Amino acid sequence: MATTSHRLHFDQELHDLQDNLLRMASLVDSAIAHALQALADQDLDLARQIAIEDARINEIRFKIEEQCLLLIAREQPVATDLRAIVAALNIAGEIERMGDHAAGIAKTVLRMGVQAPIMPLIDLNRMADESRSMLRTALDACVKRDSELAQSVAWRDDVIDGLYQDVFRQIVGLIADDPAITTRAMYLLFAGHNLERIGDRCVNIAERVIFINSGTMKELSAGPDEHL
Amino acid sequence: MSNTPTLQKTIMTDSTRLKPLTTNAGTASEPSETAIAANHINIFYGAFKAIADVSMAVEARKITAIIGPSGCGKSTMLRAFNRMNDFVPTARVEGEILLHGQNLYAPGVDPVEVRRRVGMVFQKPNPFPKSIYDNIAWAARLNGYRGDMDKLVEESLRAAALWDEVKDKLKQSGLSLSGGQQQRLCIARTIAIRPEIILMDEPCSALDPIATIKIEELMQELKQRYTIIIVTHNMQQAARVSDRTAMMMLTEDGKRSGTLIEFDDTNVIFTRPKDKRTEDYVSGRFG
Repeated sequence: MATTSHRLHFDQELHDLQDNLLRMASLVDSAIAHALQALADQDLDLARQIAIEDARINEIRFKIEEQCLLLIAREQPVATDLRAIVAALNIAGEIERMGDHAAGIAKTVLRMGVQAPIMPLIDLNRMADESRSMLRTALDACVKRDSELAQSVAWRDDVIDGLYQDVFRQIVGLIADDPAITTRAMYLLFAGHNLERIGDRCVNIAERVIFINSGTMKELSAGPDEHL
Repeated sequence: MSNTPTLQKTIMTDSTRLKPLTTNAGTASEPSETAIAANHINIFYGAFKAIADVSMAVEARKITAIIGPSGCGKSTMLRAFNRMNDFVPTARVEGEILLHGQNLYAPGVDPVEVRRRVGMVFQKPNPFPKSIYDNIAWAARLNGYRGDMDKLVEESLRAAALWDEVKDKLKQSGLSLSGGQQQRLCIARTIAIRPEIILMDEPCSALDPIATIKIEELMQELKQRYTIIIVTHNMQQAARVSDRTAMMMLTEDGKRSGTLIEFDDTNVIFTRPKDKRTEDYVSGRFG
């Protein structure tokens, strides 16, 4: 039986809420790309720009929280609507923290100054590409309410974790060979750690998508022993 | 004294004939005491089948809400629990309503005794055109109460959270009270007869928000001692006050009979209902 919604205004409000999540995610997606570009090019201006963009991301997060509070107070949502709004609150928090991770990489660039990275950023770039793709997939799953797509995000987190372990081993090896580069090496490790955390937060978003669909919270991420 | 067998007499003599109780919707999370149960209830108004095969076990000392769109048979189903449908000449009930395992529709069961044990509060407050005191005392006396009437009146009004507001004007007419106070007076009157089950048919629909909240708070107090079944159109009220929720809808077989489509803990019904029709209704998207 086709269902005709009697709550067109409420549906529009939910749509606007989703749009804000997508807008926020899009800004974070760009921030991650810019952070890696600034790291590769030692582009301090771009790194400063990321911090400015992060403030915009934070503003949208607060706007989303306000939207959610008003929807709960005024529309008294239940069932899927309620779960979607509660999930939106959590997802906005996850995306905002991803923005912080991108900003964290930008701060690393500013601390490094114009010094070139101690090694090619091949694996870090792959981590960034993978995490951005996971972010887009997680949001796509959210819009489509697709639990299988959400589950696929969790599986892809293993790729990021594997890359981070590779980066970790490479950096430990470089420090062992030349302890004088320890500080510069740690900057790259910080960048890798931020990217690894972005992957984890994509998994958190995927868990919320499954919560919207099923009403139960399911832990999708790998166990702590599988992380560094 | 009437020779009509009382419910109590019937329970003692007639309990072996009863079929085992089954339910067609919902699962309780843990075993609990059933206060009253509908078992394959069908209700007809003449040839029209208003209720189709409803089975539900109502847990003791819990609040059970019956929700559903207008015309789906909520009130008809509620009235089946104390044989109020007997007053409709064309009404006919099939199936069983079991109170302590005894079928309230069994031959020889006294409907007046049924209504004493299964009381009812109506949509519109309907105090008798008597004093506040007599609203309680008259019904109690009629039901054979011979104890300390002052004590019973005070206890009933206290239990209905009305005593402090009326204790100095017990001789005033019940009709002089506000709508919310009148409804609590009706609840006090129901309590005075010491029922086991209290049926409430949209008890707050004629009340303002403050009076509504008072009734809802009162229900939480009353459920410590009584089993309450409430019909409400107010989704938020069902979500706020009830422990279990029964969702009724019209059948889609063209006959448009009311039936039970989901019966579960209220927490489940309002966060993750299993039936899409329940989801659409509670979230305001029924259509």
